[in-house]
Amino acid sequence: MTNESVNHAKSATVKIETKRKSARKAKGLCEKAIYAAFFLTGLTSALCVVLITVYLIASGTPAIREIGLTSFLFGKEWSPSSGEYGILPFILTSIYGTAGAVAIGVPVGFMCSLYLSKVAPHKIRTVIEGAVGLLSGIPSVVFGLIGMSVLVPAIRSFFGIPDGSGLFAAIIVLAVMILPSVIKVSLNALDAVPKEYEDASLALGATPIETYLRVSVPAARSGITASAVLGVGRAIGEATAVMMVSGNAANMPSIFQSVRFLTTAIASEMSYATGLGRQALFSIALILFIFIMIINATLNFFLGRSKK
Amino acid sequence: MTRKISVKRKLHSAVIKALMYISAALTLSCIVFIIVCVAVRGVGNISADLLLSSPSYISDKIGILPDILNTVYIIIATLIIVLPLGVGAAVYLTEYAKSKRIARIIEYTAQTLSGIPSVIFGLVGMLLFCDFFGMKTSLIAGALTLVIMNLPTVMQTTRESLKSVPQSYREGAFALGAGKWRVIRTVVLPCCVDGIVTGCILCVGRIIGESAALLFTAGFAHKVNGMIDGLTSPGATLTVALYVYAKEEGEFGIAYAIAAILIILTSLINLCASLITGRKKG
Repeated sequence: MTNESVNHAKSATVKIETKRKSARKAKGLCEKAIYAAFFLTGLTSALCVVLITVYLIASGTPAIREIGLTSFLFGKEWSPSSGEYGILPFILTSIYGTAGAVAIGVPVGFMCSLYLSKVAPHKIRTVIEGAVGLLSGIPSVVFGLIGMSVLVPAIRSFFGIPDGSGLFAAIIVLAVMILPSVIKVSLNALDAVPKEYEDASLALGATPIETYLRVSVPAARSGITASAVLGVGRAIGEATAVMMVSGNAANMPSIFQSVRFLTTAIASEMSYATGLGRQALFSIALILFIFIMIINATLNFFLGRSKK
Repeated sequence: MTRKISVKRKLHSAVIKALMYISAALTLSCIVFIIVCVAVRGVGNISADLLLSSPSYISDKIGILPDILNTVYIIIATLIIVLPLGVGAAVYLTEYAKSKRIARIIEYTAQTLSGIPSVIFGLVGMLLFCDFFGMKTSLIAGALTLVIMNLPTVMQTTRESLKSVPQSYREGAFALGAGKWRVIRTVVLPCCVDGIVTGCILCVGRIIGESAALLFTAGFAHKVNGMIDGLTSPGATLTVALYVYAKEEGEFGIAYAIAAILIILTSLINLCASLITGRKKG
């Protein structure tokens, strides 16, 4: 009898053991499946970037090969109807437009963030910061709309030219649009400067303004540069607002002339272009993508430095 | 022995100070000008009739109900897809990723993704979803394009708040014998609902304001549809409708009315986001 009961107990424990084991196994399997699922979602963004890059290269290179790289990049004439596919006007317009917007937007944004970070009373800082937040949330079409119906007529009557839409209007609109990102990033950088630096400079007899310019700004240099680079990225990538104010003719850029940016060249013909013309648009997107990648790499470099 | 500050230094300080004030005033006046401009020209044109009807050539009137509905559909569709992906990626990065290399690659690609201009997303979205997957120009193609655009935002905000969950919570749960998934599900994720909600709100803001990526993927139609029909057929969101009315049709009154609605919506969203982050800090 004792033997029997011992056997019985043994078999029971074995049963429980195997049950536990299988439960643990199932749990382990479950955990592994969940791990795999999270891993896959983690890879989505990498996959998207690869997909975008591959797609742009695959669809952008045939037209470049057909047209020829030099005549595509440096041709001054864009007229798909007569087989001319030179995008130099778009490239130059994008560069001039971005440079102009940055030349206006970055100094104003920088000075504004210096004021907010160091000089402004708390109440004023809260108000302006809130307003800047609001500005950054305004959709780009709204900027375009105001540019189109207020700025363009104002430029026309002020400078006495037949049409106000063109590079100048685009530069002003872009300058306003990059303001919030410039202000936010450089404000963060300036706020992070240790107070001891400034105190030491003040104790040595520098005036507050001298302290800010010679001590705080150099200390926040990387962050401020990053804000400027971010502004460049924003300005070069903007399409809708620019399309509404730049006139959209494929001219070589000049300040009051109707011009076309890289972005607007893509957007304006996409809906009806066919054949080689359509392929050439993908090539323009590829060129724009290369520009953006260079800007991104620069931005990451400066952001990484400002973190250290 | 007090030494006086030289005139040159004083002048320098005064000039810099003046420049600061001018810049701040300029920034503020830009914002005020935009708000006032839109309010004056737009608010008067908003009416129940405009909001609740669709455009008709017969009675020659314009209504933006279809555009409002399309915007809502596209927001819902985008969020449903982007939330699991973004939150999952953030969980992977903070909880699972053992190899620093993969984590760095994912971070770098997310950063790259957030720097790509929307017109390129629009183009690739058109090639990929509309042509390759055969979805044609439709709201769902637009929503999928927006998913790629908004993925970094959700990832970033979720990650920030996952990082702020104290390590001791996790250790406590592990010590009680919970598995990794159980810990994440019952302890970690509930602690970072704030961050996920903030991510959602920011996404909604970006979706409402997006136009270039939707022009070629979601199209311009103004037709009232149900959610399912709506997603598979082309449709204009509010921003695209604004663009079309202003640029192609010269209906500035309607365009300003839409602009006013958009600004009201985005400032509400801004307010929500700052309330949530403020509550977390406080």
